[in-house]
Amino acid sequence: MDFLIFQIPILMVQASMDGILLGILFALIAYGMALQWGVMNIINIAQGELVILGGYIAYFMYMAGIHPAFGVIVSPIVMYFVGWGLYKTIIFRVVDRDLFISILATFGISILTQQLMNFVFGSDVVVAQSNFGTTMLFNSMVTLPNSKIFAAVVSVIFAILLVLYMRRSKLGRAIRATAQNARAAKILGVDTESVYAATFGINAALCGVAGALVAITFTLHPYVGLPYTVRSFMIVIIAGLGNLPAVALSGMGLGVFEEFSDYIFGTEFRIAAVFLLLVLILVYRRFKLARKREYLK
Amino acid sequence: MNNKIIFYGLIVAFGLVAPFLFPAFKLQISIMLILIILSLTWDVQGGQMGYNTFGNILFFGLGMYICSSFQIGLFFPLAEWTASGGEKTFVHTPTQFFQGFVVGLVLSGIIPALVAALIGYGILGLRGHYFAICTLGLGIAAGELAGGIELVGAGQGMTSPPWPKGIGDTELRSEFFYYICFTLMVCTFLFLRWAYTTRFGLVLNAIRDNEDKAEAMGINTMRYKITGWVVSAFFVGMAGGLMGNMIGYIEPVETAFAGRTFGVFMVLMAILGGKGTLWGPVIGAIAFHIFKEGFWTFFLGWQYVALGALIVIVVIFFPEGIMGWFREKYPERFGEEIDEEDRKAEVELK
Amino acid sequence: MTSILAVDQVYKYFGGVKANENISLNVEQGSIVGLIGPNGSGKTTLFNSIAGTHPIDKGSIQFSGKEVSTLPVPAVAKLGLLRTFQQTRIYGKLNCIDNMLISAKPPKDDLFSVFTKIPLELNEKAETLLGFVGLYQKRKIRAGDLSFGQQKLLELSMALMNEPKMLLLDEPTAGINPTLINGIIDRLIKVNKDFGITLLVIEHNMRVIMQLAQQIFCLAHGQLIANGTPDEIKNDQRVIDAYLGAQ
Repeated sequence: MDFLIFQIPILMVQASMDGILLGILFALIAYGMALQWGVMNIINIAQGELVILGGYIAYFMYMAGIHPAFGVIVSPIVMYFVGWGLYKTIIFRVVDRDLFISILATFGISILTQQLMNFVFGSDVVVAQSNFGTTMLFNSMVTLPNSKIFAAVVSVIFAILLVLYMRRSKLGRAIRATAQNARAAKILGVDTESVYAATFGINAALCGVAGALVAITFTLHPYVGLPYTVRSFMIVIIAGLGNLPAVALSGMGLGVFEEFSDYIFGTEFRIAAVFLLLVLILVYRRFKLARKREYLK
Repeated sequence: MNNKIIFYGLIVAFGLVAPFLFPAFKLQISIMLILIILSLTWDVQGGQMGYNTFGNILFFGLGMYICSSFQIGLFFPLAEWTASGGEKTFVHTPTQFFQGFVVGLVLSGIIPALVAALIGYGILGLRGHYFAICTLGLGIAAGELAGGIELVGAGQGMTSPPWPKGIGDTELRSEFFYYICFTLMVCTFLFLRWAYTTRFGLVLNAIRDNEDKAEAMGINTMRYKITGWVVSAFFVGMAGGLMGNMIGYIEPVETAFAGRTFGVFMVLMAILGGKGTLWGPVIGAIAFHIFKEGFWTFFLGWQYVALGALIVIVVIFFPEGIMGWFREKYPERFGEEIDEEDRKAEVELK
Repeated sequence: MTSILAVDQVYKYFGGVKANENISLNVEQGSIVGLIGPNGSGKTTLFNSIAGTHPIDKGSIQFSGKEVSTLPVPAVAKLGLLRTFQQTRIYGKLNCIDNMLISAKPPKDDLFSVFTKIPLELNEKAETLLGFVGLYQKRKIRAGDLSFGQQKLLELSMALMNEPKMLLLDEPTAGINPTLINGIIDRLIKVNKDFGITLLVIEHNMRVIMQLAQQIFCLAHGQLIANGTPDEIKNDQRVIDAYLGAQ
């Protein structure tokens, strides 16, 4: 354990800024998970795999000579249909069934997708180069890759777009109605099946955007999806389902935590730190609720 | 009653002679026995109690590392063993090997059990999705952490103690481990078989069916939840210790805390065979193993894709598993009565 | 004239909602007491408070002289205070007999009794009680396959299996075929007289509660608005107003 970072303020600034930019990206993925959780009461354990899949779309664009930044347009479109398709083939069968089956179904999809990607794309770690350069701040003491800034900006744009869409569009209203009371919505003529499929598709599209951004800013590998799932799950349980600003803040908090953890525990323990933080948060919540004789539902 | 004794007797007899009937498959059958243990112990939480755990692999990996570490550490400096090529400088005498093995194996059961007892109060207070994802996180975190501990070889892993020279060949080694596996499997099965006839079994089922009701009836559910996890951890830990010895090389994420393989298998096998039953996990493990060995080459290249697809298919279309299917067809064999009139009335109402 | 349950100035808030406001009531040992009130008046909340499902914000609840408002649900149950639920709660995948067996109080309840066998004599007791509620024929059937009314009966017999001192019954006749309700009333009276179990009953069916109870408390909008004998309550203007919705 190395606490050097706390002795050098500029390092803390670097870590904080890196963390905030990263966290905004996490928040986008969390928003998708919250959307789906709120509407269909399904926690998508395959969320991270959808992100990575979206990332590969951007990567292949890059390999084909197209600048991967355009992935943030192409990937969500493709992923929307992937999500929609997943719903129509698998998810619709587990929406109304017991918790046990829906957890295992998304878990199965997670494994299936991981292995499918591994089989089709191979197990090399890949990156889609954006060549965006870097921004230097504070006399070049703080360096921020422009790809990360790009990622944060794009995330915010898509989040705003989605909020507007949910408020203004017919589908958006249908989704919100179904989220509040699926039965009532059905009776009032809302086609809940389409709503569910669209919600799953939108979630997948958000993952697509995030994935394209991940491809540019970090690395892709078939097996690195689970940490993204865990991060978005953590953000959702801290922020709650309906609170977008809280999601953004929690995401940024998590990002900053991860960056600081890199300095203190070393990059090789980053994933371990994320998962252990999850365990800590859940156990803390469990004991806090137990005082009120409740439990996490 | 006599039928049952004959049945069990046949299985034991078969188990005892199997290495000589199928000499080329000793290691295979040993692994199948390990799978049965994994499946049976997962079912204590997943099937009998209704708590989907994705983290029992934690105990498997712990047991694996503990067993080998003590086998080595009792006689040699562990850090030097795990350093590159270190295992070549230290050689176990037969006595050392077996002493170390006994100590290591026992501890590989006890220490994970203690861990389960310690973290159980916190973790088992979570339910449903939260428990599932929390245990998933635990399992993965353990693998990542082990990958950073130099003492046990960090990311490179470590070799487990090789078979001592001078007491037989690889055949004898395979036979030795086979019989230990078989004994452990039989012990696990018999213990659970007995445990399910006591209060323990019914309370676990009550927790599965309606935990709030069980509490409202005065049952101290946490006590039973932790006991169940301790039992699972104990047997899974030893299975891990054995596996580490049999494979010969322990890698943190691929072999020990093998979430993507054994961690997934244990869930699939129990569901495939029929969760919540005693024989279901056993049948599921055997069926899965045969399927895996038989058709793995068929799916060469995309075996794991097929595995993933299999999970989805089984969970959605076949969640009650093989035993569940039998139960529906022949409920009387299971001591159940179905009231046909009531059933029809219910269906109409719905 | 011993009071087995003493609820004293209990308050329970959910956020800004005053679910229970200054509720005080006493239940005499061995009696049958009714708890009535329009929907949303706080009856089930009060039950939850008494049974320990949630902590209360103010006040005290004493059962057999012991303060139970600070105890978790299993502890309250172990003292002999059980409750049934509006939406029946039974162990769906187990058969009726098993539901009964696991409901009995274990002779010893510590760490070492986890693996004790359930005594065979309990089977007889379970069958007798199932017979008492009319479920003997269904004893080997999965509880989840029973009809709603049958599940209610099972829940009652499971509670009896536990030999409680007092039962909180949440709408015991709701959803039951009207022709069977008399049977329930008879059984509840028998439970009270022969088994000596004190009953506190939430009911919407006025005929039932007037027949059963010796004393009735009426809640409205989270407050206690009236109490008295069935005759007094029947003619109490406040009660009539509450049910007819006069604000």
